[in-house]
Amino acid sequence: MTKRLCINGLALAGLLASAAVPASAADTITVASWGGTYQEAQTKAFFDPTAKELGITIKQDTTNGLDDVRLQVTGNAVKWDITELGADECARGSKEGLFEKLDYSVIDKTGINPKLVHDDWVGISYTSVVLIYRTDVFGDKGPKTWADFWNVEKFPGRRALSGSQATETLSVAALAKGIPIDKVYPVDIDGALQSVDKVKGHIDAWWTSGAQAMQLVKDGEVDMASIWNGRAGTLKKSGAPVSFSFDQGVLTADCMVIPKGSKNKDLAMKALAKFVSPDLQANLPLYVDNGPANEKAFETGKIPPERIKDINSAPDNVKKQVLQDPAFWRDTLVEATEKFNNLIQQ
Amino acid sequence: MSLASASLDHASRRDGALNGDALNADARREARGMLALLSPGLFLVFAVIIVPIGWLFWLSLFDESGQLSAANYARFFEQASYIKTFVTTFKVAFTVTGACILLGYPLAYMLSQLPRRAASICLIFVVLPFWTSVLVRTYAWLVILQRKGLVNTWLMDLGVISQPLPLANNFAGVVIGMTHIMLPFLVLPLYASMKTIDVDCLRAGMNLGASPAATFRQIFFPLSLPGLASGVVIVFVLCLGFFVTPALMGGGKVIMWAMRMEQTTSLYSNWGAGAALGVVLLGVTLALLGLFHWLLGARATGVWSRR
Repeated sequence: MTKRLCINGLALAGLLASAAVPASAADTITVASWGGTYQEAQTKAFFDPTAKELGITIKQDTTNGLDDVRLQVTGNAVKWDITELGADECARGSKEGLFEKLDYSVIDKTGINPKLVHDDWVGISYTSVVLIYRTDVFGDKGPKTWADFWNVEKFPGRRALSGSQATETLSVAALAKGIPIDKVYPVDIDGALQSVDKVKGHIDAWWTSGAQAMQLVKDGEVDMASIWNGRAGTLKKSGAPVSFSFDQGVLTADCMVIPKGSKNKDLAMKALAKFVSPDLQANLPLYVDNGPANEKAFETGKIPPERIKDINSAPDNVKKQVLQDPAFWRDTLVEATEKFNNLIQQ
Repeated sequence: MSLASASLDHASRRDGALNGDALNADARREARGMLALLSPGLFLVFAVIIVPIGWLFWLSLFDESGQLSAANYARFFEQASYIKTFVTTFKVAFTVTGACILLGYPLAYMLSQLPRRAASICLIFVVLPFWTSVLVRTYAWLVILQRKGLVNTWLMDLGVISQPLPLANNFAGVVIGMTHIMLPFLVLPLYASMKTIDVDCLRAGMNLGASPAATFRQIFFPLSLPGLASGVVIVFVLCLGFFVTPALMGGGKVIMWAMRMEQTTSLYSNWGAGAALGVVLLGVTLALLGLFHWLLGARATGVWSRR
């Protein structure tokens, strides 16, 4: 009986080996991210190669953001060893003391923008907020800048902006006032709010999710919108008559943290070091439009040159965009968001 | 009946002089037994309803630094958006309830007048949407109502309108989507109460010379009111806590209280900020239920327990 069990066990282990390396609980970490195509891309780019290289199992979960981490840490029920967040959430969570300190003797930070390297969080990828417009309405003479978007006489049409991401909409509103991209931060919040106030009567929808932004543009409910570049790229690839560029985009980073009280902190540190390494970072744009946080990824030769121009964090594209400063929003987000809500909520 | 029971009571008390103690002991034992039988249920209600609500209330009293304060409640007056969303919530709830009455009453009336077989087939169509996810139904409405959706395309093709009607991503869209979801909650209790109305009452009215309209107005309608009231209460209260439909159909311009709660919970680092919104909504809802109860009598709000 023992022998048969052994054989069965071996067969099972053989089966599992193709999917994941069998490992004891101590060699297992749980990583949470946003789900969907983005997490599928991360699985291929980061999680699978890391699991293979370290000989561990990486379990996955999905997160709704900082509230989830807060709930786990304050409730002493931490189930994730690594989780992804938006950079401003990382900055706020860090202020609240929700994360473990990162060990930069294990994690190599070279190539990552210093604004995204902190004691207890590190940048992992970039999303851009870009201006998209429908070419069946405007041809190729659509709004190219945020000032154009705000110009309702020259560009009549229906408009959508993000209502849930106050930080992004306020950055965009600052650009619309004609502030040059290197002067947007620190954002003059009251000035940006005045700018929002000017356009708000012409906004037909304030979107609250990436899927909603995509649907609004795809179905022609609006003619122009602010949208995340990944969603914009998906629309374009699906054949929708749309155009967008990285000019005046707002580059927002995502970050990863180890929630305070993680039971596999050391292993998580090693895995995180792999995730941000140029080699694995270079995998990400092969599967998804979110650019790598580590600019050394562009030097690995893994990313085909014709692909590089479409990646938001490629050095040439970064120059055209505003980098959203997480440290700025850490201290101003609550007040700015409340004021923004007061303005747009009727 | 009351007379009979009173005299019985009287008789038993007179006879009970002999074995009163035993009877009283029996009654007490029965009461204890009942309590024992009820206790698992009572415990459950206490553990999963009373305790969490108390906790919610408790949490709402602490600010971000963990100090006892009224900051979470003061915010409602400092930030105009809270009051605005609160008013929007009630505006939506009233409008949807009104629309449900206008659509649901004739529907329930028709169902109650149909032969049993036809009625049960029609009822299936009323209940059918219950089995589809709210999210799917809301997206379907979006496809139908938006600028380049079915309704606008058809109307424009037919030449009825030259500009698309604004039916989605605004107040109208939210009301349409929510009315569709809420309608069964009004129709079902209303139908149930209409079925119990004695047809003989209506016949008697007609027999005495009332016109069909007068019979309906003076006999049927008043008798259907308790069912209508209980449907209205259910729809109204469910509307107050709605999230998915306004979030998708409102285009970010119709913010209801539940959406505001979600925003507040992720914005502030203390649970109290969101908890305070929950406490206020619960308080207002209970007050409204009390008002309904007072206006329409116990029969209205308690119609289901009566059955």
